[in-house]
Amino acid sequence: MNKTVKNAKEAIEGFKDNMTVMFGGFGLCGIPENTILELSKAKVKGLVCISNNCGVDDFGLGLMLNNHQIRKMVSSYVGENAEFERQMLSGELEVELLPQGSLAEKIRAGGAGIPAFYVPAGYGTEVGIGKESREFNGKMHLLEHALTADFAVVKAWKGDTAGNLIYKYTANNFNNMMAMAGKITIAEVEELVPVGELDPNFIHTPGIFVQRIFQGENYIKRIEQLTLSK
Amino acid sequence: MALDKNQIAMRIAREIKDGNYVNLGIGIPTLVANFIPEGIIVTLQSENGMLGMGPFPTMETVDADLINAGKQTITYLPGASFFDSATSFAMIRGGHVDVTILGAFEVSEKGDIASWKVPGKLIKGMGGAMDLVASAKNIIVAMQHTNKEGQSKLLKECTLPLTGVGCVKRIVSDLAVLDVTEKGFKLLERAPGVTVEQIQKATEGTLIVEGDIPEIQF
Repeated sequence: MNKTVKNAKEAIEGFKDNMTVMFGGFGLCGIPENTILELSKAKVKGLVCISNNCGVDDFGLGLMLNNHQIRKMVSSYVGENAEFERQMLSGELEVELLPQGSLAEKIRAGGAGIPAFYVPAGYGTEVGIGKESREFNGKMHLLEHALTADFAVVKAWKGDTAGNLIYKYTANNFNNMMAMAGKITIAEVEELVPVGELDPNFIHTPGIFVQRIFQGENYIKRIEQLTLSK
Repeated sequence: MALDKNQIAMRIAREIKDGNYVNLGIGIPTLVANFIPEGIIVTLQSENGMLGMGPFPTMETVDADLINAGKQTITYLPGASFFDSATSFAMIRGGHVDVTILGAFEVSEKGDIASWKVPGKLIKGMGGAMDLVASAKNIIVAMQHTNKEGQSKLLKECTLPLTGVGCVKRIVSDLAVLDVTEKGFKLLERAPGVTVEQIQKATEGTLIVEGDIPEIQF
């Protein structure tokens, strides 16, 4: 089965207003740069975006934020950009903040067909407001519901035409779970190879989770906090 | 003399044992890595998805795909591994990480911690802090004992939005080392030259002082 599409433009076919979309990446590490750039040029708007962060002012999801394409962000850490803060404070942008591990597990659960689960994170804090709680082994837990999306957009280091993916270093982060949780998962990769070339012992995301794949171009891979040894 | 940031990190590093898996938060906790005693092997976990974090890179070895939870460029050590964030938090939630060291705005005498939000000022989000404090076996807080106005940050009740309830075990502040007990903050050690009275004055929550309190030795 060949899941290859030509480029980001072809990959985003079927995106509609008000859809829920997951974007892989942690900070600017491992974000699907090509697809985000293409979506920022498209007319689609009112999106609910699930992503650990929301880019910076002029890169990553910040580009779509500047175009007012995002109605709601579901994240664990945001506000690396001034425009985000402005839209949030003015009420233009709805924001749901979740503990990072709960967010990751909600996405994994969504992909794995588990509708909800209990975790201790956030109990007794404002994250727990309105959520069911229950005691297990003497400790209080919150009921967290799974997340799925109309589209999941992920970025991998290498991929094959069957959709198998391999990530590099910490650029895996949210990509692996999000690939599982999209009704349609788009994977953009730095290097796309024919089936049979990737060692099946070292696949991170099995191709069953991926519907569309393409080789991206002109990766910038911007670094947020360049920190060097003294 | 109150401890400086490096001295707080140096004192906390003594809490780490050979073979521990340790998660270090942003700020003073990051400095702890510089003071891990020689001869012990410690594996640093970064919650975005790695075990075996090494020092910061040089310009030649820097890689945009290799960052820590503070989004700083880093390196990895032999024996390192990389994984997705759900697996990373399975390590944390499942109690596999031995020690978590993080900063705080406020800690209460019941072990509640506030570290992520200042209404009207700071609303960036909790990141992994809520998961870490809810599940780590041993949570050590690195913090200043008072704010810039001299008001205590070790309180009867936290005033800021909480990160977690009843979870902090030990605090190393610029003035003292304290344990959170059922009866309140138990004073264990004093910063060199700082008196019990000074610590008492800087602690709004209940302070338990039993016997002679030794000075932290450096």
